Amino acid sequence: MTALGDYRKREESISYSVESAGMGETHELLSLNIGPHHPATHGVLRLIATLEGEVVRDIKPIIGYVHTGIEKTAEQKSYWKAIPVVERMDYLSYYFNAMAYCGAVETLLGLEIPPRAQYLRVIHLELNRIMSHLVWLGTSALDLGAMSMFWYCFREREAILDLFEMSSGQRMHTRYIQIGGVFEDIPAGFAAKLQKFVDGMPARADQYADLLEKNQILLSRLRDTCILDEETLLGLNVTGPLLRAAGNPWDLRKAAPYSSYDHFEFKIPVGSVGDNYDRYRVRHAELYESTKIIDQALNGLPEGPTIADDRKVVLPPRHELATSMEALIHHFKLVTEGFRVPEGEAYYPIESPRGELGCFVRSDGSAKPARVHMRDPSFVNLQSTAPMVKDSYIADLIATLAMVDPVLGGVDR
Amino acid sequence: MPDAAGLEVIADELRAADPSSVLGTTFDRGRAEIQIDPSKNIEVIELLRTRGFNFLASLHGVDYYPAEPRLGVVYELLDMKEVDRVSLKARVTIDAPKITSVTSIWPGADFPERECYDMFGVVFEGHPDLRRILMPEDFEGFPQRRDFPIGGEPILFTFNETERYGKDR
Amino acid sequence: MEIKREAIPQDMDFRSRQLMSRDMLRGTLEDEDLERFAEQAVMTTTLDRAVAWAQGNSIYPMTFGLACCAIEMMSIVAARVDIARFGFEAFRASPRQADLLILSGRVSTKMAPVIRRIYDQMLEPKFAISMGACCSSTGVFNNYALVPSDKFMPIDVHVPGCPPRPEALAHGILKLRDKIQHNEREGWRERYDAVGTEEVVLPITAHGDGPQAAVGQSGPLIGRSTGASAGA
Repeated sequence: MTALGDYRKREESISYSVESAGMGETHELLSLNIGPHHPATHGVLRLIATLEGEVVRDIKPIIGYVHTGIEKTAEQKSYWKAIPVVERMDYLSYYFNAMAYCGAVETLLGLEIPPRAQYLRVIHLELNRIMSHLVWLGTSALDLGAMSMFWYCFREREAILDLFEMSSGQRMHTRYIQIGGVFEDIPAGFAAKLQKFVDGMPARADQYADLLEKNQILLSRLRDTCILDEETLLGLNVTGPLLRAAGNPWDLRKAAPYSSYDHFEFKIPVGSVGDNYDRYRVRHAELYESTKIIDQALNGLPEGPTIADDRKVVLPPRHELATSMEALIHHFKLVTEGFRVPEGEAYYPIESPRGELGCFVRSDGSAKPARVHMRDPSFVNLQSTAPMVKDSYIADLIATLAMVDPVLGGVDR
Repeated sequence: MPDAAGLEVIADELRAADPSSVLGTTFDRGRAEIQIDPSKNIEVIELLRTRGFNFLASLHGVDYYPAEPRLGVVYELLDMKEVDRVSLKARVTIDAPKITSVTSIWPGADFPERECYDMFGVVFEGHPDLRRILMPEDFEGFPQRRDFPIGGEPILFTFNETERYGKDR
Repeated sequence: MEIKREAIPQDMDFRSRQLMSRDMLRGTLEDEDLERFAEQAVMTTTLDRAVAWAQGNSIYPMTFGLACCAIEMMSIVAARVDIARFGFEAFRASPRQADLLILSGRVSTKMAPVIRRIYDQMLEPKFAISMGACCSSTGVFNNYALVPSDKFMPIDVHVPGCPPRPEALAHGILKLRDKIQHNEREGWRERYDAVGTEEVVLPITAHGDGPQAAVGQSGPLIGRSTGASAGA
């Protein structure tokens, strides 16, 4: 029981102060446990909210309820086989997880990615960004009470998942991005279907705006609530749409382009006030920008191989296994033992829908990574919820959690 | 992203301020890394902040088993104006895994330091609330150390299914 | 060997029905009890089946999304695979109002007691679906952090996949619906053979054969011998 006693003692980091509210009255603070099972949290997030009446004075997030030990499991698998494990971390942006990890390993290996593979990666990454924002929009509107948005957003999401299923065979966690490029070339019909989707997406995004933005209740719930300025956000190491909503146009796709992002022309939506409405608008505007990127990538898709041709790292094409002995040996070695990566460490940051997603890989010369750490944006962004909701209502707490868009798979890893 | 020979310039500046703080520099495949003395991490970080590296992109731990000192704390710093990155590595031993917390500089280092404590056992002095964040509060052991077993459920086959779950299951 | 049998009480509560079924299986049910059994079986079956039909068509699932499978669970509420066709769209957040717990996602050691507590708070009759590979076994992650859901709560249907397609989950829910509609109402102890904790009538014999005679009856595991005669 001492562990429990220790735990109770340590939770006394919440301050219980009795403040007088004038007229000689004193108000006590109520400590309310929200979660881990609660209809309005995005995932299993537990909050201990200290309330004074309806006003939130402090929240303490308690996480770890989906801790899966992904980083330790990745150390047990070879580099190629760790991709599915790492993909399941931030479960709404699985292409981004795979991209960060593959980028780190490719940096360690010094691999060149062919241009067609880079463009295909960009197409799938931006499709995933749109999909993640759609899920965010649907579930946030659900939290705020606008239930019908959910079905509209998921209609588009099904169209995107159909495209993913066409290119890789899986709807989620597709293992499409591999070390050296992408798994396979896009099938016939993918380009046409994608073009149709891209042509129709801006109109759909307009529909979402029409549904939500004329609603006075929604606007007054989002406007001027839970403002946090840029300085505090930078001190909290927040990146992504939260930082952009506060006015700082930091986006890794423009600042430090990776995987041919500098070939495309797109803008970065930036907010001005830093309230919940700006966070909503920034993500909504990113839907249009991502559609533009996909359009440019699709129309400029270069010909060529879709994966690097270094046979020591990349599996040979299937048809060669029947004719070439070397290909067979390479295939065998790669599947059983895996390739060895020279010693070193690499940190590869990319811009995921929630902020800077970085992957740190340390290699000790063997076939398995010695340390894989995913710097997840939601983990760091979650620290900003406490200053955001200080002195606002519980209803604003729910709206802010929705707008911060934490994905607990990434938070807990 | 990171700087090339500018790394040596930075390292020389740090050495000029305090010769014992920098233990070495590495520039490998585009990544600039400075190995620092763990007891001097605050001074080094303050100096780098004046030089523009004022955003902490990542704080994480690494276990260098079997090399000593075993536990490493890596700070990935980012300069948003010049778009430069530099990494700082501070290695501490298993027997005395203490390092000063940087939450006074960046409040956002709170959760990453707690995760480093939870997974590796590195004690951050000066941290406002150092307790386990991902594992249950009463968990014993530091899971991501290399000598912690991976754990898990045994895979059941017909020869071993009865010993765990009994017959007819 | 004599089986001492107590008189079966007249009222048709669950305990007496259980004793009657036991005697029916043994073939020792006598005249009036046999008649009563026949009456009651016919009537109960029809009524029970009607009730089970209604129950199966009005399941209230509980919102219990844990990880990636939760997104596919949200997809079954969405328009393409629409479980509102079957009447299951009323997801309730409160365990007191829900009767189906869809465990979607990986169950960590920190979360397991929470889930168990929520399952205990649900009212009978309650069902559980373990969706995805991570909660059925530990899925991709066989490590220190995860617990297969079988270990701490009874599960009715396991749906494999990582994550299972929404159609697969809908198939699992419909399988559960079939289970509900064709089974007689029974508590979860009987359904999962969770024996050893309920009161059972042990036959007392004159020759001291002991529980060997209790064929076809669930008895406490301590009394059960593995074939060799235990003696009294």
